[in-house]
Amino acid sequence: MNNKDEAVISVKGLTKKFGDFTAVNNISFDVEHGRIFAFLGPNGAGKTTTIKMLTTLLSPTKGRIRVNSYDPMHEKDEVRRSFGIVFQDPSLDDELTAYENMEFHAILYHVPKNIIKQRITHLLNFVGLWERRKDQVKTFSGGMKRRLEVARGLVHHPKILFLDEPTLGLDPQTRNSVWEYLKKLNKEEEMTIFFTTHYMEEAERVADMIVVIDHGKIIKTGTSKELKKETKTSSLEDAFLKLTGRKIRDENATSLDRMRLRSRVWRR
Amino acid sequence: MKGVVYAMWLRQLKRYWRSKERMIGTLAQPVLFLVALGFGFGPIFQKAGGGDYMQFLAPGIIAMSILFTSMFTGIEVIWDRQFGFLKETLVAPVPRTHIMIGRTLGGATVGVLQGTAIGIICLFFGFKITNMHYIPLALVFMFLTAVMFTALGTAIASRLQDMHAFPIIMNFLIMPLFFLSGALFPLEGLPKAVEFVARIDPFSYCVDGIRGTLNGSVHIGLATDFAVVAAATVIVLAVGSYLFSTIEI
Repeated sequence: MNNKDEAVISVKGLTKKFGDFTAVNNISFDVEHGRIFAFLGPNGAGKTTTIKMLTTLLSPTKGRIRVNSYDPMHEKDEVRRSFGIVFQDPSLDDELTAYENMEFHAILYHVPKNIIKQRITHLLNFVGLWERRKDQVKTFSGGMKRRLEVARGLVHHPKILFLDEPTLGLDPQTRNSVWEYLKKLNKEEEMTIFFTTHYMEEAERVADMIVVIDHGKIIKTGTSKELKKETKTSSLEDAFLKLTGRKIRDENATSLDRMRLRSRVWRR
Repeated sequence: MKGVVYAMWLRQLKRYWRSKERMIGTLAQPVLFLVALGFGFGPIFQKAGGGDYMQFLAPGIIAMSILFTSMFTGIEVIWDRQFGFLKETLVAPVPRTHIMIGRTLGGATVGVLQGTAIGIICLFFGFKITNMHYIPLALVFMFLTAVMFTALGTAIASRLQDMHAFPIIMNFLIMPLFFLSGALFPLEGLPKAVEFVARIDPFSYCVDGIRGTLNGSVHIGLATDFAVVAAATVIVLAVGSYLFSTIEI
């Protein structure tokens, strides 16, 4: 078992290039066991790419990663057994019902049969979708889908939970109750939580540790307090703006995806 | 492993069952082929001494419906990629091979159901099954055909990002596999080049096996058919599993 203070995620010199474009540029950080870790950065900073590499979906160009002391490149199955994830973009099966999506996830993650039903019932009630459990997901609104995805991510209790902008598009009520729930899991089950968000006050409130990344490089690491102190600002949002500048980023996930696609088409 | 394969299999069946449009759409095409070609070429075929064309054609159309349905279900991986569901299965703590197998078995089951439905429709158009004892063997051929082409579709889709390449797959793979297989015409007395292509087309052996078991007219030989179909299925399944397990998002 890991103890607190021991790194459950360790990244050294991680780099990812798509053709000529460097999405992640030589980054290093450690996430200690049982922490709530915020990975912040403007659009296109390299957050999702990093998460994809940590979660075995993408292979790095260079660098060393350890997730729960396993290597996502060569010990994929062990790594996949260590974490759960809520993706940034949709990942539900539209033609299955809400309940079926939850159940499918439970089977995929080997949740014991005797607790599947109870946990799904609890979580669907928790995100207010119990009444709609028998409806196909394609009839859901964006917010409902998001709530379902967050609920699905909590069906099993992994050692590490990755949340890529989990609260995007959720109302403040849901956002708050989701974080209450996550903090409880973090405390009671010592679940390490690795999340990204654009809501700075959210990060300020829950994160034990913050890394700010921009243009694929880590520009600051510390607690919210340390970040504010170093930048002489009064809120994390101001600190963030001071660190990353006020310029609005023109790059976005789609152009990055397209670039990746193109480079892949030519390579294969 | 059982749970995951079953869950994946069930999902494919649910998707098939819930989309009645797709079901009807994929039944309509083979029926059109059956009616247009069967009745259109029937008299000429008869005059040329080939016998009852419907009797010859029906197994070919059954095989065709399996080929098309299975390929499309395999290629559905691209949709899953675009709608994001693929990620959910790819990060799960289960070997990707199991996901691939469950998915392939699901697609294959759909293919066999579709083929059986077409087979029953054929009976209404005058097709006669000559030896009932061979039906289980016919189902084996149908199932292997379905597995092979679902796996092939999955293998191809594992390396594609979107549907843009679909017309290429359709025109340069599925159509040639089908048209050059002896599904529509006997393989006897063909020009050397066409005969050669038919011989290297694995689908020819599927057609011959299904036809041989359903109405007793074999061209290649059931043993050879079975050996080739089984071997091709294993190979495609292995390659497909490998390609699927190395998908990057």
